[in-house]
Amino acid sequence: MTAFTINGRTVDVAAEPDTPLLWIIRDQLKLTGTKFGCGIAVCGACTVHVDGEPTRSCQTHLQDVAGRQVTTIEGLAPDAGHPLQKAWIAEQAPQCGYCQSGQIMQAAGLLARNPHPSRDEIVAHMDGNLCRCGTYDRILRAIERAAQEG
Amino acid sequence: MSERLQPHAAALSRRSFLVTLGGAGIAVAFGGLASVARAAAEVATAGGLAPNAWVTIEADGTVNLISPAVEMGQGVKTALPLLIAEDMDADWEKVRIIQAPSDAETYGNPGFYGIQLTGGSETVRGYYSLLRLAGAQTRKVLLAGAAAQLGLPVSELATEPGRVVHAGSGRSLSYGQIAATGLLPDPLPQASEADLKPAAQWRYIGRHDVDRVDVPSKVDGSARFGIDVDLPGMLHGAVLRPPVPGERPERIDDEAARAVKGIVGIVPLPYGVGILGESTDAVRRAKDALVVTWSTASRVRRYESAALADAYRDVGRDLSRTGVPARAEGNAPAAIAGAARVIVADYLTDHVHHATMEPMNATARVSGDTVEVWAPTQGPTATQRFAAAAAGTTPDKVTVHATLLGGGFGRRAEEDFITDAVRLAKEVEGRPVKVVWSREDDVRHGKYRPLAAQHVEVGLDGSGNIVGWRHRVVADSIFARTLPQLFQSEGGLDTVVTDGTLFNYRVPAHLVEFIRQDSGRDVGFWRGVGYGQNNFGVECTLDEIAAARGDDPVALRLELLSGQPRAQKVIEAVAALADWRRPREGRALGLAYTDAFGAHCAEVVEVSLDRESGEIRLHEVWCVVDPGVAVQPRNIEAQITGAIVFGASHALYEQINIVAGEVQEGNFDTYRILRMSEMPRIHVTVTPTPENKPAGIGEVGLPPIGPAIANAVARLTGGVRLRHYPFLPERVKAALAG
Repeated sequence: MTAFTINGRTVDVAAEPDTPLLWIIRDQLKLTGTKFGCGIAVCGACTVHVDGEPTRSCQTHLQDVAGRQVTTIEGLAPDAGHPLQKAWIAEQAPQCGYCQSGQIMQAAGLLARNPHPSRDEIVAHMDGNLCRCGTYDRILRAIERAAQEG
Repeated sequence: MSERLQPHAAALSRRSFLVTLGGAGIAVAFGGLASVARAAAEVATAGGLAPNAWVTIEADGTVNLISPAVEMGQGVKTALPLLIAEDMDADWEKVRIIQAPSDAETYGNPGFYGIQLTGGSETVRGYYSLLRLAGAQTRKVLLAGAAAQLGLPVSELATEPGRVVHAGSGRSLSYGQIAATGLLPDPLPQASEADLKPAAQWRYIGRHDVDRVDVPSKVDGSARFGIDVDLPGMLHGAVLRPPVPGERPERIDDEAARAVKGIVGIVPLPYGVGILGESTDAVRRAKDALVVTWSTASRVRRYESAALADAYRDVGRDLSRTGVPARAEGNAPAAIAGAARVIVADYLTDHVHHATMEPMNATARVSGDTVEVWAPTQGPTATQRFAAAAAGTTPDKVTVHATLLGGGFGRRAEEDFITDAVRLAKEVEGRPVKVVWSREDDVRHGKYRPLAAQHVEVGLDGSGNIVGWRHRVVADSIFARTLPQLFQSEGGLDTVVTDGTLFNYRVPAHLVEFIRQDSGRDVGFWRGVGYGQNNFGVECTLDEIAAARGDDPVALRLELLSGQPRAQKVIEAVAALADWRRPREGRALGLAYTDAFGAHCAEVVEVSLDRESGEIRLHEVWCVVDPGVAVQPRNIEAQITGAIVFGASHALYEQINIVAGEVQEGNFDTYRILRMSEMPRIHVTVTPTPENKPAGIGEVGLPPIGPAIANAVARLTGGVRLRHYPFLPERVKAALAG
């Protein structure tokens, strides 16, 4: 059994210690907002926070998060009220939406450290999160909006 | 008041009402499927109204509208119900949207073979009139109901969002109050185009501030895609596929796989080996532990994509190899033979993959001869057929629950991921099974856009006028596999592969030929399909003609599009926005245009080039698009932007290489798609013409971006032409070296 905290609640999970955190989150804890995209940490769809840091859950093992704090899109803010989530709606950023949980979690890590990033800083921080629908423009605008209004 | 009111259930027994579309009556069904009838009956019992198969109105004023197409990011879950809401004068705040069940008879697209298939940029175009008429019919039902309740003639009543009002007395009834009676007029009112609101009275169509209904669920993690399906007792599945399509498992050593904790079964399949287990992690471990010896008989083993590109180009050049004509106006070969000057070029496009962010997946449950499928599918109707074939039953025994799609782009019209789930579910009757593909399987077992060669010859007279245009498309066929009857009825012409060759430029003689190849590998519908490859040949050739004549590319196109003001306007507008005539230091502009999917779309790009490395940098893109009616203009801007990104990505980076039948790419580390740091600045201007029917807008932004880039590079380099997608640095360097 491996114990860790997810979205503020402590869970005790029975699984192989090297099980990817992604599948624990999705299959066992039924938090399906975190997505499977590539499995090798090159697309960003599975991004969650581990102790506040954006982390690719597909390449993070269960044993790596023992005793740590994991946050998923569902736990980012009460009532989905994070400034990024509001800005994402204001900019109508998503199309298919599949990558957007990961995009938002990645962006939230940036704003937590750097509340007023430059455009170049945003691009550098977000460049590992792929979007096949090509919503990068609106994602960028949403992050800038959140930084301004947040 | 001429109409009698009937209890709801009595009226429901009528199968359909008529709407009149262009003089012809179309029966709009109430719905054959039990689920719709049951929903309507529930509404009726609770006090409510179901005027037709598309709308139910509850006593509290909630308006339930059916969305018949699937949502894959293109915005139809909003745009289609909005059309009903417009003409019924619904209060959009009170609208709840219900995904249509699989029932083509009721919910098929009248503009797309009458089936439920979301694709081909046909959704808003195909449903537009029907849904507006359904809204208008609903409004007439509500007016009749209000007239009866108020004891007033219908002619004195009007509607506001969610209400029927009587201006004379100031009395009004909410739609909920009218619905609460549960009574429908008998006979049911019918609707014709005369009942539709004129554009000046539209409340929702064309507005910039109507948000997409799916967006909130996509920022809080609550959106449910196919991969998120979770059912009681559900098992997880995976399929190990052969390295080369067409091979079969000959020997399966599953000892290690069966030893993985949580594995329920190993299932030999004709095309792979299935694994059933208690968790995703278990089936993935077991899949890795399987040792399979595959047959070596597949003809695909001879498939070499690089060699095929050369071979197809040679076929295109060999004019003795005749094909099936897609268009034969005048005698183009003779005109070209007698021309003062002939421009000849070959264009190659490599295989490209859809790379939807959500990998292929589906969930199925087989119980006796009935099948339920939960899937991110573009084609619910075809999925009924696919699932029935896999389960050994008939399509009417299959219920499809279409989920949200994490991207589609044509890939999700296919059968393979549905078959996986149904075949494995058949092994454990009564239990649902969810099969999720690995990204590597998604990439390696794609249904890529055909590898294609185009051979273009254009004859010019002594003054530079076009006298004949010949365009030969050499590629494998999509329709031969996916729609064989259509392919046969067209005499072996694959119209989706030749799309884009039948342009609207005026040329005196025009011959388009399809020279079908069959190299054994499945090819499929990829965003833009034929337009995405053939616009490359057409628009680059136009720039070559302009250069040969010493003409401006804008002027040449305007001349060839004379008498087509919509086409001319988008080109003039995009040239103005881009400041076309202003030279840029170290950079150049390029233009391309398309009339794909009923729209008019022109794009100008600004590029620079690193001659040492051969890397093209795309700095800026201007686009003007005339979509006809712009149902959701802000979404159109997003779709066009997305298609520009998709198109730029494929023109610059994307490539599937196949060696001895094996796909060399496997994940996003090797199949490169455009990322944020590679984004150009994109300026999209939507110029609606509401007097025209809506065009398709999900794909039209894609075709022009590649040729616009190639044309810009030619203008930057004094005429160096790029003729092979993608424009990889080594190809650019080779072109520069001549």
